[in-house]
Amino acid sequence: MVGGRTRSTEVAQAASVEAVVVATARNSYGRLVALLAARDGDLAASEDALSEAFAAALQTWPRRGIPTNPDAWLLTTARNRLINTHRHEAVKLRGMDEILRRMDAPSATAAPIPDQRLSLLFVCAHPAIQEDMRTPLMLQTILGLDAAQIASAFLVSPTTMGQRLVRAKAKIKAAGIGFKIPDLDALPGRLDEVLSAIYAAFGTSFDAVAGSDDHNISLADEAIFLARLVVSLLPQEPEAFGLLALMLYVDARKGARWGPEGEFVPLKNQDAKLWERAKIIEAEGLLARASKLNRLGRFQIEAAIQSIHIQAPITGATNWAALRSFHELLLTHRPSIGAFVSYAAVLQAMGQGRAALEVLFSLNTADVSTYQPYWVTLAAAHRGCQEAAAAAIAMERAIGLTENTKVRAFLLGEREGG
Amino acid sequence: MQFMLIMNETEAERSKRDDPATAGAYWGGWTAFVGALQQSGIIINGDGLQPPHTATTLRIRDGKRVVQDGPFADTKEQLGGYFIIEVPDLDAALEWAAKSPAASAGSVEVRPVMPPRSTAPAG
Repeated sequence: MVGGRTRSTEVAQAASVEAVVVATARNSYGRLVALLAARDGDLAASEDALSEAFAAALQTWPRRGIPTNPDAWLLTTARNRLINTHRHEAVKLRGMDEILRRMDAPSATAAPIPDQRLSLLFVCAHPAIQEDMRTPLMLQTILGLDAAQIASAFLVSPTTMGQRLVRAKAKIKAAGIGFKIPDLDALPGRLDEVLSAIYAAFGTSFDAVAGSDDHNISLADEAIFLARLVVSLLPQEPEAFGLLALMLYVDARKGARWGPEGEFVPLKNQDAKLWERAKIIEAEGLLARASKLNRLGRFQIEAAIQSIHIQAPITGATNWAALRSFHELLLTHRPSIGAFVSYAAVLQAMGQGRAALEVLFSLNTADVSTYQPYWVTLAAAHRGCQEAAAAAIAMERAIGLTENTKVRAFLLGEREGG
Repeated sequence: MQFMLIMNETEAERSKRDDPATAGAYWGGWTAFVGALQQSGIIINGDGLQPPHTATTLRIRDGKRVVQDGPFADTKEQLGGYFIIEVPDLDAALEWAAKSPAASAGSVEVRPVMPPRSTAPAG
């Protein structure tokens, strides 16, 4: 019995140590990587050293207890590993001694580590990095997601994603991309790349929530975390507020997106009581703060569009005229395929099916051939113009391009009903 | 590059084929998916298969023929059909695999098709 109790105490202790390591990893991974890699731009070596440090923590902490400043312990251990692997480069790491001394001082048990994650975000979204690798790099270096998790979210094979991440990190080092925040004149453009990469993670999760019952591939929380990080580190950038507001509006509705039987519920039929008020209020506040900075941009416009949708249950009617203006404004800022298709959807909903069709037909067929929202909107516009045969063809295509089984069931039902 | 999309279904999913309450949605989803593949002009070949219980499996062991009723292995998911598609790379093949009804209700295995072997005489 005594032995049994000791064993269970050990198990409980090990579990709590593991919980601390996991919590530290979530909160500090990016901070520690940014700090280690800022020295010589070697992200891969920094991440390796850090994961060795986390492994060492799991070995050492259960025996010796959790250190007062786990971050400092991990940073010291990781730095020592780096010195061991690159002894001749040790000099580069010396500057970190001062940081560690400050963190180790008894008066500063919870001293925050200098936050260099912002420069790391700019590195990940650097123009020299292939566009589709920026988001995966951020997810890995700031949040510590592994290649397999990222691969699943982006529909890429885990081996391929691993190789692409290795190549991207090698490029950062070889190209000498600096770990710094861009100058003021370059900042808006470079920030747009950071924000777009964050939004790409959110979009994936949206499709993935739409596309599967597997919650592991949802990256909405990760994207919101990253946007919060940018907002806290760059409190004068209205587009960062806009992005965070946009994602909060959409995320606030997730509980209303599925009905009691798990069926898909489109926005116009959603029960507004199921929307998360706290997120909506936060989003409204962010948008108000952004507008005071007086620099309009794509994310603020998209957030404003979401805000209008959210207002509909309160005012009792959707303000279509305002939606139309904001969509037109969005097209002047960002004439993407998605923006044209949602503009057409607004026109269609306003009873202007013919105008909606004109917008849709103006798009390049190669760009829309597998873009599901295009076919859904095209079907609706044809239906609005009493063109049943054309509507049926477009609807069939939309159903065939739908990833989510519940959305597919919903569209099949619409087709039967229409 | 050619890939085979191997569609695996669970018994529960496959039984939707014959239940009048579910057959419409089941076939509607598949017909639309196949239609989208055809419209995109990437389909090389493909078929749905009769259920696994219609299978007959043959082995020759120690020179003896062994014929069994049923599929090779009794697993949770069984082969329900396949497509061979021509797309630029694996990423594109995975995009299509994700849109198939089998992805949500079973699994899709994506495998590159072997290129034809060269007929040049061996060294």
